[in-house]
Amino acid sequence: MQAVTETPFAGQVLDADRSPSAISIEHVSKSFRLPHQRYHTLKERVLHPLRSSGYDVLRAVEDVSIEIGRGEFFGIVGRNGSGKSTLLKCLAGIYRIDEGDLTVYGRLSPFIELGVGFNMDLTARDNVLINAIMLGLTRKEARARFDQIIEFAELGPFLDLKLKNYSSGMLVRLAFSVAIQVDADILLIDEVLAVGDASFQQKCYDEFERLKRSGRTIVFVTHDMSAVERFCDRAMLLERGRMIELGEPAAVARSYRQINFGRLIHEAPNGAAPHADAPKSAEILSAWFESEAGERIVAAAHGEPCTVCVEVAFHEPLEDPIFGMTLRNDTGATVFATSTALEHLPTGHFAPGQTAVIRMRFDNWLTSSRYSLTPSVARGGTGEDVLDVREDMATLLVHGWHFTGGVTNLPHSFEVRPR
Amino acid sequence: MTTHVAGRRYGPSAIEDDARRFLSLTLTLATTDFKLRYFGSALGYLWSLVRPLLFFGVIYLVFTTVFSFGKGVPHYPVYLLTSIILWTFFVETTSNNVQSLLAREGLLRKMRFPRLVIPLSVGLTSLFNLATNMVAVVIFALVNGVYPRWGWLEMPLLILLLAILAVGIGMLLSALYVRYRDIQPIWEVASQALFYLSPVIYVAAQYKSFIRVALVNPIAAILTEMHAAFIGGTPAHPVHGAAVTMGGTVRLLIPLGLIFGAFLLGFWVFNREAPRIAENL
Repeated sequence: MQAVTETPFAGQVLDADRSPSAISIEHVSKSFRLPHQRYHTLKERVLHPLRSSGYDVLRAVEDVSIEIGRGEFFGIVGRNGSGKSTLLKCLAGIYRIDEGDLTVYGRLSPFIELGVGFNMDLTARDNVLINAIMLGLTRKEARARFDQIIEFAELGPFLDLKLKNYSSGMLVRLAFSVAIQVDADILLIDEVLAVGDASFQQKCYDEFERLKRSGRTIVFVTHDMSAVERFCDRAMLLERGRMIELGEPAAVARSYRQINFGRLIHEAPNGAAPHADAPKSAEILSAWFESEAGERIVAAAHGEPCTVCVEVAFHEPLEDPIFGMTLRNDTGATVFATSTALEHLPTGHFAPGQTAVIRMRFDNWLTSSRYSLTPSVARGGTGEDVLDVREDMATLLVHGWHFTGGVTNLPHSFEVRPR
Repeated sequence: MTTHVAGRRYGPSAIEDDARRFLSLTLTLATTDFKLRYFGSALGYLWSLVRPLLFFGVIYLVFTTVFSFGKGVPHYPVYLLTSIILWTFFVETTSNNVQSLLAREGLLRKMRFPRLVIPLSVGLTSLFNLATNMVAVVIFALVNGVYPRWGWLEMPLLILLLAILAVGIGMLLSALYVRYRDIQPIWEVASQALFYLSPVIYVAAQYKSFIRVALVNPIAAILTEMHAAFIGGTPAHPVHGAAVTMGGTVRLLIPLGLIFGAFLLGFWVFNREAPRIAENL
């Protein structure tokens, strides 16, 4: 077991601590007991002292070993229930690990949920101080950083308002501002960015970039592969509690998509989709969004035209292949789907080894949400012979001024005329 | 959020090793709760006093006019109010602690912090409450002709002993509640029984045959000692402390042993459960 330097204050920590790793995980396992009966009573225990109630063991994390270096932006990806959040909670010290060794060097701040301990009946002023103390600052430090926190949250005029009168957006801003002021060496981030509007998400990402540049270690758990590819230095893929891949974010993201894709094929009733391991006749290499000016974007304002771009490589000669694109919103609802077949568009002849970029420009009348793009390519003809599909390959955050509750906001005008 | 526990024992525990953070968290949680109770409504302080005062009023009327409990006890109303306020502190600390971990589930599942902070902060909030209520008690005593005496210096010690007992039972109940959800009704009944077994509405010295057993109960011993220290007697009606009433200073070791025993048991059980509270809740 290594000696660990105690690091009481942020700020001094980076030079005080010379260990090359920030987190060292060795053969860590964590399982949960799932009792067959949710709650036990003392009465039962007294009346039937020998009856042992049964339970199942869920092995949430199994034999995971990894060293996360100082200053690394490390991604943990995996499907729902793959154990990534459990691992993060073990790192955060919320769950006790069952087996293995786990060492964290330096001050660690978990962003598992924003605004933990916020009390709706107290003012923002009180809550900021309480939350900062919860997150590990002393009272003195919390008071010293108070102004910075409020400035970042841009909530100065609402300081003495009770939190129950805050909008959810204001709450998130306040909570995030406190959390980043805690200035830990190691940040654990668990998809907290799924909340808040698109412009705030962008602000969060900017902040994480800044923290990364200042040498902080960041462990990031997410489903969003574009974020993994954009930010992470390294990533690992968990599946059923085991680490099945570790390495380049792009490669890990590809494997993640394959697992998700594999599951989709497995669930497809007609077996029309190709087998995941079979050599593909056409392969989708990447997908992204572009602005009107041709720049790659991850966020767009409502009303600005956008272009969906998909890069495809061909491994056998194809005549008029069909390219499809599906946009799903946060709730998984398909809000828009189109393909070249719908317009009976001849797409041309492609030779093996050739690549092509397919662009689809659309007027962005989508409402504020996170949209994910699923591109597909199929053999010409009926379109049933799908050659490649990549679930949620790229995401786009759309932000706008009005929240209407609808999935689109079509250009429209009113006319009211008395008769 | 400093983490320097390595290896297999990595995870949450009851105390952890950052004493300053432990204290500041306990204090923060307790003052927040206290603030919410009092400043939630403009008359917050009055409301927190009204309940014990009403209880006092009813008991006083019923037991002095119907059963004449306080006959021959100097300053019986002052004794009754003091006992009720102290009892309120005890029952508040213990019964609020039963579901305290569940109430803080959000914190427990999302943050690493020494788990013992929660039962301690519940006790501290009740202690703040007791302090404000004691102001009313002292005013009531002065109005009733009880004047300051050296014995008052003993009161903080007695309150401390009561707090140790209450927090000890509180730790035990909160940790048990994670496993057994029927702790709530069980404690309700048990604390009712304890109320009648303790000399809150009567004075221990009135029941001579019963004294030896009754004062084994630490609350009875504390209330009896409080009577002697706070109010005292007159030459005609002497009031004896717990030692004299029990018949020997050595016998005080029984209630004292129970107080510290309850604390150690509560701590031991809580400490054992602490690492897995977040997942078992």
